[in-house]
Amino acid sequence: MFTTRTRGRAAGGAALAVLTALSLAACGNKSDEGTTAAESCVDTSGDTIKLGFLNSTSGAMSISEQTVRDSLGLAMEEINADGGILGKQIEAVEEDGASDPAIFAEKIEKLLTGDCVAAVFGGWTSASRKAMLPVVEANNGLLFYPVQYEGLEASENIYYTGATTNQQIIPAMDFLASEGVETLFLAGSDYVFPRTANKIIKQYAAELGIEIVGEEYVPLDDDDWTTQVAKIVKAKPDFVFNTINGSSNVGFIKAYYEQGLSAETSPIISVSIAEEEAPAMGHSVTGQYAAWNYFQSVDSPENAAFIDAFQAKYGSDRPTSDPMEAAYTSLYLYKVIVEKAESFDVDDVNAASDGVSFDAPEGTVTIDGENHHIAKTALIGQINEDNQFDVVWSSGSPIEPDPFLEGYSWWDPSAE
Amino acid sequence: MSTTTAPGRSATLLRTYAPLLAIAVLAVLLLVVAPATLSAFRLNSLGKYICWAIAAVGIGLAWGRGGMLVMGQGVFFGLGGYAMAMHLKLEAAGPEGVPDFMILYGDGTIPGFWEPFRSGPFTLVAIVVLPALAATGLGWLIFKRRVKGAYFAILTQALAVVFATLLVATIKETGGFNGLNQFTLFFGYNLYDPVNKQMVYSIAAGLLIGCLVVVWQLYRSRFGELLVATRDAEERVRFLGHDPANIKLVAFVIAAVMASIGGAMFAPIAGIISPSDVDATASIFLIAGVALGGRALLLGPALGALTVGFGRTYLSEQFPTQWTYFLGLLFVLVILLLPLGVGDLPRLVRARVGRSAA
Amino acid sequence: MDAFTTPLLAGTATGALLLIAALGLTLTFGQMGVINMAHGEFLMIGAYTAYVTQQVVTNIDLSILVALPVAFVVAGLMGLLLEVCVISFMYRRPLDTLLVTVGVSLVLQQLAKDLFGAQGDPVRVPDWLVGTIPVFGYNWPYRQIFTIVLALASLGALAALLKYTSFGRRIRATVQNRDLAETMGISTRATDRITFFIGSGLAGIGGVAVSLISGTNPSLGTTYIISAFLVVVAGGLGQLKGTVIAAFTVGIATAFFADWTSAAMAQVATFALVVVFLQLRPQGLFTVRTRGLA
Repeated sequence: MFTTRTRGRAAGGAALAVLTALSLAACGNKSDEGTTAAESCVDTSGDTIKLGFLNSTSGAMSISEQTVRDSLGLAMEEINADGGILGKQIEAVEEDGASDPAIFAEKIEKLLTGDCVAAVFGGWTSASRKAMLPVVEANNGLLFYPVQYEGLEASENIYYTGATTNQQIIPAMDFLASEGVETLFLAGSDYVFPRTANKIIKQYAAELGIEIVGEEYVPLDDDDWTTQVAKIVKAKPDFVFNTINGSSNVGFIKAYYEQGLSAETSPIISVSIAEEEAPAMGHSVTGQYAAWNYFQSVDSPENAAFIDAFQAKYGSDRPTSDPMEAAYTSLYLYKVIVEKAESFDVDDVNAASDGVSFDAPEGTVTIDGENHHIAKTALIGQINEDNQFDVVWSSGSPIEPDPFLEGYSWWDPSAE
Repeated sequence: MSTTTAPGRSATLLRTYAPLLAIAVLAVLLLVVAPATLSAFRLNSLGKYICWAIAAVGIGLAWGRGGMLVMGQGVFFGLGGYAMAMHLKLEAAGPEGVPDFMILYGDGTIPGFWEPFRSGPFTLVAIVVLPALAATGLGWLIFKRRVKGAYFAILTQALAVVFATLLVATIKETGGFNGLNQFTLFFGYNLYDPVNKQMVYSIAAGLLIGCLVVVWQLYRSRFGELLVATRDAEERVRFLGHDPANIKLVAFVIAAVMASIGGAMFAPIAGIISPSDVDATASIFLIAGVALGGRALLLGPALGALTVGFGRTYLSEQFPTQWTYFLGLLFVLVILLLPLGVGDLPRLVRARVGRSAA
Repeated sequence: MDAFTTPLLAGTATGALLLIAALGLTLTFGQMGVINMAHGEFLMIGAYTAYVTQQVVTNIDLSILVALPVAFVVAGLMGLLLEVCVISFMYRRPLDTLLVTVGVSLVLQQLAKDLFGAQGDPVRVPDWLVGTIPVFGYNWPYRQIFTIVLALASLGALAALLKYTSFGRRIRATVQNRDLAETMGISTRATDRITFFIGSGLAGIGGVAVSLISGTNPSLGTTYIISAFLVVVAGGLGQLKGTVIAAFTVGIATAFFADWTSAAMAQVATFALVVVFLQLRPQGLFTVRTRGLA
């Protein structure tokens, strides 16, 4: 088709490319030296301290993550008005994660090595956290992650201020058992959190004697639940365990009521419908349940102050929810640890963090220095007509975090 | 030509090798100037743009010269990226180890198709052969049936959507939505060592230069002429006794392999490869740079991709929520006003000046 | 029995949605050779129109019916705007139009996010659409039946328009031979604009139907548009008959694949189906139209 001469030339070009690449490879360093993390460049000499806020303000997750950004802004304003951290005013460097894990990884590196922030607050999806983890570890930085997640992780450089599974999923199952539930249907979005949560749910259900009568997944970007909900109607479960992600819940709830299901026949317990989402389902979801560690309805002076301050800053119609509270709490926890350590240095902070507690809006929370999660009280709320949650069940006291479920004999991570 | 005098010949020589000179300048900029002046973080970011630029060079060949609007290059970018990531993941896990996510989300066994990727050489071969096979198969089905134009563009975009959905759904095999990350070693080199990070960057930059040289050779060759002829008048090429399907197929396969090489370097540089790096949106992002720089030019696609990559970082740092508007308007304005890209501007200006002078 | 009826009936409803979305695409593609990548955003505009209409017409039973013509006009006008401001400048550069509309689609999505993002309140389904009829073991939702009726009504209206009105004749003439139509005194540019208005408006109606299924969000269009494009590719350009068959085939096939495997695998299988179909009937795809040797 084309002459041998040119084919030879093109092949020569390709060979040149490979050769260049190989010769460049020779300038690498194959020894194991130089594995220590880069020196910290955090500047603690001035009257301000830089902190990074890394949330998605664009892309699919921006609606959820903006609420976290708002409550971080509130906590910063309060702490600054109160004298700052160790007498230094917080200076926030805000970045957009763009709902893209690779961007999260890039931006946290920029925050840690370019802006030299002392700690980063943010992340939402598990994908974003997983992407940031190696970067924050390599640079020996700090990340405060404010969202409930699927557990099975602990990093020296991350503090998890949302619930791990034994503070949300397992208590939810305890609640179902106490309600006398015998059959359960699992509905989730097709990604990591629902798959992992359901793995735990299935094993614990076997332990509790609850029968799983169905398990359905729909891709993240597909909101049509019609045929899957038709299967729930057939299975007639006592309860539906809902691990569907954010906005896909609307399609699920619409299909659920359309098929004649209701809170009386097959109630739903959700782990991602909070105050923000409940009024936005296109149907009244009164009577349905959710498992969290914080509800706007929690009755405590700390919570009343939090809600007042938040609504004064962002508008009286704005609800407060679990991830927002966890983010708000995370900044305060950081302040308490730093002031205990009397240092912004990561190693000093880690050495001081064990046992640090804070009277958060959700109640008193305490850091476990071993796994960097925090002890939290589990709550089950039932949605009332004002789209607020009436607390119907509580673990009573804070549950110690156990991200790897080591204290649960029924848990077998290698089982399907 | 035979009557050309000495200075004329040197002018011809200059014209012939000017592109090579430009490539050399780019090589110096990327391989010498950038590492000397940029911080480690910015250099790593530039490394990512270079990976996109490698894919863009291939798009320039397929779309600019071949007229095939490839809207699903993310698929091939992903094939290379995931092939490399699988190897890095196994390398990080150690000889007997199992990648972490398989223990977390699966039953701790490694799927059979992962096993060969333990071998570095196999992985390198796969990065070239996998996309070549996939592109040959798909291209054969499409071009032999003379599917072209918008149909072809739509099919490739649908392919990108399907590919990303498939990745998200295979959590135990590919990490699902989270993708693959937490690489520690790159063929024995510690990826956390700044020296090695710079080495990985240099390899990517070297590969980009290599791809540019390959494409330069192709454009000068008879094949390059046939490709342009096919783009402009497919039927006439057929009447001349050539099979346009084969010509297009070769360009499509080369573009796929280049995208795959870009993806393979993207994984160690970005430290992650996930469905959002390879889906339809990511594919469109790749096209944006090519359109901006000038699809049919030699250096246009690569420079365009570097610019768009830089713009994405810079603009999203300055105006976090406005980035999408910029990208959208870039498409509209460039294609509306400068259909052949910014690189076409000098020619347009010359044409305008020439006209007004006459 | 329900293992068969569920995918069949649910798939028919999906097919109906794809049909409404694809009608506009195939119309503009057939006539102008323009592939409008922002077509999915007209679905989104239709859905948001339904939402806004519901804020104005508070009677929910009524508002959805009001929303249908309003969405047709709003999405249609947006389409007209796109044609006048952008596409008309790119006459006979079909591939470039495709890319320009990609840019438009990005801008429209971000615009919707900025305008409506914070609230994200979905459209409420009127009571008369909530409920099901049991058909051989499948509780067939009224909403799905409503969607099918809507699609068939749109199709009927469009077919009648093309066949019986003088405007329809002008469209058909332009599709068959633009230059000849022009010599007959038909203003093909004006015809193009009206075609674009109708095609986009139909997507708006589709958007109202989608708003009943799920939430109203900026990326709503992207969920359906790829399938709609595959329908256009498989159905052939400018051909209503081909589009109808392709839409229902893709909808039903996807539903069956999803039932047998998973929703994700169903996407893969449907794509493979279309590529294989192209092998068997590539000639059936095109209304043969060569522009000489160019």
